[in-house]
Amino acid sequence: MRATLTHIGLPAGAILASLLLFGVFVWFAGVSPVDVWVLLFKGAFGDAYSWQNTLQRAAPLMLTALCVAVPARSGLVIIGGEGALVLGGLACAALPYVVPLPDNLAGTVLVGAAGATAGALWIMLAGWLRQYRGINETISSLLLAYVAIGLFKHFVEGPLRDPASLNKPSTNALSEGLRIGGIAGTDVHWGLALGLVACVALGLWLRWTPSGFSIRVVGGNPRTAQLVGLPATRLILLACALGGACAGLAGAVEVAAVHTSANASLIAGYGYAGILVSFMARHNPLGIIPVAILFGGFGAAGSLLQRRLGLPDASVLVLQGMAFVLILASESLRGKDWQAFLAGLFRPAVPAKGPSPAQVSMGDKVA
Amino acid sequence: MTVDQWVALAAGILGGALRVGAPFLFVSLGECLTEKSGRINLGLEGVLVLSAMAAFGGAYYSGSPWVGVLCGAVAGALLALLHGLLCSLDGVNDVATGIALMMLGMGLAFYLGKPLIQPQAPQIPALALGNWSDSPAVRSALQVNALVPIGVVLAGVMYLTFRSTRWGLLVRMAGDSAQAARALGYSVSGIRIAATTAGGFIAGLGGASLTLFYPGSWNEGISSGQGLIAVALVIFARWSPLRCVGAAVLFGGAGAIGPALQSVGISWGYHLFNTVPYVLTLVILVLTCKPGSVVVGSPGELSATR
Repeated sequence: MRATLTHIGLPAGAILASLLLFGVFVWFAGVSPVDVWVLLFKGAFGDAYSWQNTLQRAAPLMLTALCVAVPARSGLVIIGGEGALVLGGLACAALPYVVPLPDNLAGTVLVGAAGATAGALWIMLAGWLRQYRGINETISSLLLAYVAIGLFKHFVEGPLRDPASLNKPSTNALSEGLRIGGIAGTDVHWGLALGLVACVALGLWLRWTPSGFSIRVVGGNPRTAQLVGLPATRLILLACALGGACAGLAGAVEVAAVHTSANASLIAGYGYAGILVSFMARHNPLGIIPVAILFGGFGAAGSLLQRRLGLPDASVLVLQGMAFVLILASESLRGKDWQAFLAGLFRPAVPAKGPSPAQVSMGDKVA
Repeated sequence: MTVDQWVALAAGILGGALRVGAPFLFVSLGECLTEKSGRINLGLEGVLVLSAMAAFGGAYYSGSPWVGVLCGAVAGALLALLHGLLCSLDGVNDVATGIALMMLGMGLAFYLGKPLIQPQAPQIPALALGNWSDSPAVRSALQVNALVPIGVVLAGVMYLTFRSTRWGLLVRMAGDSAQAARALGYSVSGIRIAATTAGGFIAGLGGASLTLFYPGSWNEGISSGQGLIAVALVIFARWSPLRCVGAAVLFGGAGAIGPALQSVGISWGYHLFNTVPYVLTLVILVLTCKPGSVVVGSPGELSATR
């Protein structure tokens, strides 16, 4: 019970604190903090229109957050989800160039699968480099993201360019039958359902299946995994592939449901925001769902802040950065023995420090 | 291609190596100092972007490029100080904090830098090293950022400091064996916070050379991963400030291939050539890292290289 309270209480407190801090920050720009908070809420969850906008943004966030969360459970800090997303979108848009596709749901499944495969292979490469060459996966995955963006631009502005796209280089638009439509006539597309299903499925898999459990053992304590003979490398590559597939799928969905072709709008930072979402959900796939909706909402409210209050569009980035810093700082409060801490305030003695659960889970990843 | 084009291309890459390499040099020196103390600062990407904005803003509002350089360095030091303080808390992981600061630094820079996208700021003066040549291509290529010699001297100073001064030894001790530093009664956290902050100050000079020399203007795409490449570059340089200089020039050259080819009229594969620094970084990591062993020369307390 207490553990659940801190699980939810600490992130919630961190978000509230970051909203407060953000209010102070915009106050320096001469904007009333109360107006900002009201607009953030209205723009995110105020009416049906903003809910649509919020959920539309939450869908890719869920998938890119999974690209951080699943490898994290196997002990890897992968932050190159943006690369997998971009390549997934490119693969989705490129498949019709290579093979003739049926103009129906089967074709949609195929372009989605192409995106997921591209993302899976890209993140597996980072996992492979770590396992076989000993390269830190955080650095390599981010470098690979920049390489992916370069490849994306090369193909979109070169071989795959639709000659009709003059000012904004794009690939040929996907034909009508391949696109992903809205749910029940709204702007919220079926990508949201995919995101929800992926979060729930991966959450259940990690929690209830032997292979999911093995992944958590590998991530939680590599030494134990070695002692009981788990195939750590294979499991880690599996986790990378699943995470990468999610991010690749996010790119494919963005292309098939929102942009209709691969172009520079795809590089919108969902991969980076997904890192924050995953850390805030403590790499728990089920926890990702509410956090993704919350940050999708902040993203949706960003344009409202820009229009109504004249704040720069980067203000949402500032809010995200503050939230990220505070959520990490709040980890130091986890597992604190508050009674001993309070008693310690009145005694000069130093309270005993045991390793907190957070320390154990994060500290072990580097081994 | 004609001979003139080849000369222009070579001059473009060589000059570009010095121009593009300047931010790499400062960020890698800053990261080298931070890592020597046993911490990794992935947030230097954020430091670089924020200091680039601060330097441009400082130069624009004060009218002096050197005030701008100072503003950039101080902004970098402040963000790095935040990293140092956060990492000193219980249970806070330095890699995750670095990612957070990368986001925060970029957010702050884009937010505060919005009014700075249009104007022109006074630039850092250039040293004309190419006056011996008749070729205008060579002359314009060898216009070198006045901060570069400062960086080279700084690398030498850092090398000597690490090798033979009390402070250098303290930083190395905090990085190699926190236990030893504690046993001698020094605060490991204090040393690391100081080293991280100083590293941010040095990296801030790199940000200043981005907006005040090359490319010489502020926009939101000013840095695309140079801060992170520098982290890998320090591994390549095996934590030696002197080797950082060579590595920075090498990476600068790799980054200059795309623009140099474009300047002689070859635009095919522009985006592919721009990925060369990242690919080069990965290749170098593949060559220098070995699974299951620690890179030679790495500080013992450093987590990311194991």
